[in-house]
Parts: sequence; C-alpha cells; structure tokens
Amino acid sequence: MATFFGEVVVAPSRAGLDEEEEAREETPEDREIRREIEKKREIDVLWTWRSGGCAEEPLVCSRFIVAIGRNAAAFLSSFILDSVCWEVVGVVKLWNEWCRTSSTTNVLPTDSFCLFYRLISDPTVLLCQCSCYVAEDQQFQWLEKVFGSMQKKGLQVTILSTCPVADYKTQESTLTLVSPFLRALKTKEFQEQVCCPLLEQPNIVRDLPAAVLSYCQVWQIPAVLYQCYTDVIKLDTVTIEAFKPLLSSKVLKSLAKDASESTKILKKFLTTSETHNNIYI
Amino acid sequence: MFIPCDRGGGPAALDFKGFTLLMPAVSVGNVGQLAIDLVISTLDMTKVGYFYTDCLVPMVGNNPYATAEENSTELSINAEVYSLPSKKLVVLQIRSPFIKNKYRPFCETLLSWVKSSKCARVVLLSSSHAYQRDDEQLLGTPLRYLLTPDLEKAVGGRMKELNWKEMERVAAYPGISDTDKVLHIPGGGITKLLFTQSCSEGIQMAVLLKFCSEGDNIPDAFVLVNYLNEWLQLIKSESNNSTDPSSQWKIPSSWRLLFGNGLPPALF
Repeated sequence: MATFFGEVVVAPSRAGLDEEEEAREETPEDREIRREIEKKREIDVLWTWRSGGCAEEPLVCSRFIVAIGRNAAAFLSSFILDSVCWEVVGVVKLWNEWCRTSSTTNVLPTDSFCLFYRLISDPTVLLCQCSCYVAEDQQFQWLEKVFGSMQKKGLQVTILSTCPVADYKTQESTLTLVSPFLRALKTKEFQEQVCCPLLEQPNIVRDLPAAVLSYCQVWQIPAVLYQCYTDVIKLDTVTIEAFKPLLSSKVLKSLAKDASESTKILKKFLTTSETHNNIYI
Repeated sequence: MFIPCDRGGGPAALDFKGFTLLMPAVSVGNVGQLAIDLVISTLDMTKVGYFYTDCLVPMVGNNPYATAEENSTELSINAEVYSLPSKKLVVLQIRSPFIKNKYRPFCETLLSWVKSSKCARVVLLSSSHAYQRDDEQLLGTPLRYLLTPDLEKAVGGRMKELNWKEMERVAAYPGISDTDKVLHIPGGGITKLLFTQSCSEGIQMAVLLKFCSEGDNIPDAFVLVNYLNEWLQLIKSESNNSTDPSSQWKIPSSWRLLFGNGLPPALF
C-alpha cells in the first residue's frame, strides 16, 4: 500500500500481528529471549497471612470488591477504606511497559499499586485497589493467582472501573452526553438489583475488568461490573463521586464510612491531584 | 478449554460427535467473524458454552444477538460456543485478537478439543489481503477454498461440482525458483497454522476464504457466508436471482454504530 509520499507501508490489519512472525519456528536464542521476557512480566501476588512452605488454606471469601483504575480506587479510599476497620493482606508486584509496582503497602493515590484489604470484623470481605495497568498478557495470570487463592463457594464479586466517554457508542454524539455516568454488566448468577442501567449493545468492556467479569461468568460466580464513563483521565472528584449510587447497594451499604470523613478525604484528593497535574507553574 | 454453560446436563447433554465445527480466523477485515455472526443470528443458535483461554484479549458485553429486552442482558465473553443439533452444527465465535506469542498454543488447544469432542470436520472462515494477489488472482472470483487431505477424499468432488477455486500455492522464492510452492495466506491470522497442523494431524478441515481489504467488510461477510451456504446449505437459498440472497441472513443487533457515534448537531 503506498501513501501520499510514495513510500510503501504495511497496511495495519485487524487480523493482528504479522502472522509470519508467529508461524516461524523459534530459534534457541528467540526462545531464551522470550522466556526471559515472560519471566520479567510474571506477576507475584504476596499474601501477608502466608508464610510460605507447605500448602496453604485458600481464603474463604464471601464478598470481593475490586476497584480498577485511579478513580475507582480513590472512591474506595474515600467512602469505604480506613486504617481502623481494614487491614492490608496482600500486594501484587508486577512490571510492564506502562508501570511497575513494588511490594510496599505505603502508597499515594497517584502511585501505581495493587493492594488487597480485609475487613477486620468480617475477614471474608476482601477488597482490592488496582491502580496499575495490568497488560493483556498478564491479566490471565492475575486472575489465576488472585482467584486461585480463594475459596469460591458463596463468593460474590463487585468490580468498579472507569473508561473514557469517547469509547461509549450511542446514536447521539458523545458531546451531548452528560458525563460521568455509570453503566453495569452482570453475570448470569447475579440476581440482585443493579444501581444503574445496564450497558447497551454494541458497547463492550476490555482489559482487567473484562477479564475478571469473564472469569466470573465462566465459573458461575455472581458478579457485577460498574463502569464509569468519564471525560477526565486523571484523578478527579466528580468522577469519583459518580460511583456514589453504589453506596446504596447491598454489598457496599454496610461498609460505607461516615459521610463527613469521605468529604474530607475527597478534598485532599483535589489538592494532591491539582499540584501534580498543573503544568503552568 | 471448553466449559459448558449448563453444568447440570451431564456428559451426554453436550455431544458434538459427528458435528461440523464452524469457526472464524481473526483475519483481515474480520470477515470470518462477521460471517459467523450472521450464521449464529440467522439460525438463532443457542449458546452452549465458553472457550476459556488465555490466548485471546479479554472482552465482555451484553448479548450481541439480542432481539428483545428479555434476551438482551445475557453476558457474552470473547470466545463462545453455539450449537444447532438439528443441523449437526457447532459454532465457535471469537470476538477479540490474539495475544502475542499465543497463536500456536491456541491452535494446539483448539485441535485437541476438536479431537476430544469427536467433531467430524472443521470449517474455517477466513480472509486474505486483497492487495497481495498476483495478476491471475486479480481476475475472477475473490473466493477460495482449501481442504486437508482427509477431507479432500470426502468432499473434493463436491467442490469440483460447485466450480470452486482452490487457493493457489505460490513460489517460495519468487523470481529465483518456481518449483518450491508454498501456501501463503497474508492477513489470514491463524489460518495457515491451523490448516497445516490439521493436515499433519489427520483432521478433516476446510478453509473458505475471501480476498478483501480493511474497510466496511459487511458486504464481504455476506459474500463469504453465501459461499459457505452453497456447500453446507445452512439456509434455503431462494431459487435463482428472484431474491437477493443477502436478504435471507439476519443482521445481529450488535452491528450498529460500526463507524462511530452520531454527529454533534453543532457541527452543522
């Protein structure tokens, strides 16, 4: 295919990568390089209650709340989490081209991290804040290592995530849409009320939220995903507050903090994010 | 691996012995996948399971074949299996691209499932870059077929009756030596890999492909699905040219807004 300047370029194709590359037999050097990269991209899930050694008991979990992305994670920090009722029980260590997380549990809302918390008064309630990007070749590993540590009988999963409103397909133009807004997707087994309209065809969800929901659908775990469509990419209080209807849901109602405390924390987010994102000073 | 939707049915409930497995290759223009959408939608096929794999990019959405409010809220994932026992047809639909380095593992998992489920044969719908055609391929029909040796014995004669054109093999070293001919399917995704592996493993596989380019590939999907129908007779084709054969295929409700949202009124 020739461009306007006359040079020949390979046409991009929805078929994906150049399959010639894929079909070619691997040389030992290629294999070695591929293995090294795979090892580097392996994710580690470190649970604090596990001392290692002999086979550990799986965690009995009745409710698993996963917040994917900075705004969803910040929603949980403002409205649910605190240092008194919740304890850190796990951390994910990973590396990819977009981010790197460490095994430290002392994090800022603007950092990349993936932490697990457990409700002290009811240790079967698990919460995860994942603000780092989990690459497509790491998503399956994340699922297997996280859900693999859990006993899934009686488990219910709630996923919170955000995505750009430009991705939302609708008959009208996205310019006239009032954002942020919520849409939900649920698995077959999920019988409860959802807090917002369901995601209309032909919209789809990708990345880690899709991976978690797919896992739940296939393994018949009741699960619901709340996707917030927003036009702000960075940490933003309006986007965070868009998740507020979820506080009336059965899962989160009993976990919600005092409203005044939440407002204080939200104000703190506002100042932190403003300092970090102002490019004019 | 294949995970049935309904666990309670028992092993006898989901028996694909002797069935034809119809599936797409993720290829240029997504023509195979669009054609499969038409088949599932028109024949109103029932979802019977998932093909749970780490080889495809994850995605979820609500039922792409929804016809009413009631059936629009069923969740769909990136690889699902549908069946129509009355036609001994089982269909695998793939909805997302492959993850890097996962072509080979996927082909191996798929073929091992084909063998364990005892499917009689596999029909792969695919496409290839139109711009890579040689002078002869530019003329005539853009449709091609391929048969593994085991299936050639069974249906090779039918293809001749239908006057179908077999995919040409090209010189491995064009210009240097014309004696070594190899199969070359640019833009075909896993087509070549799956086909060559099926040949060596004695699996009965047919590949039906169309030369096309990226763009609005809906017409290409109709051409390919009608090509498939000439052979498998999934739907009754109306006699001769009285009715446009494309009108017998039902477009799924998810084929909306393929080229973006509505325009902002302020633009005008």
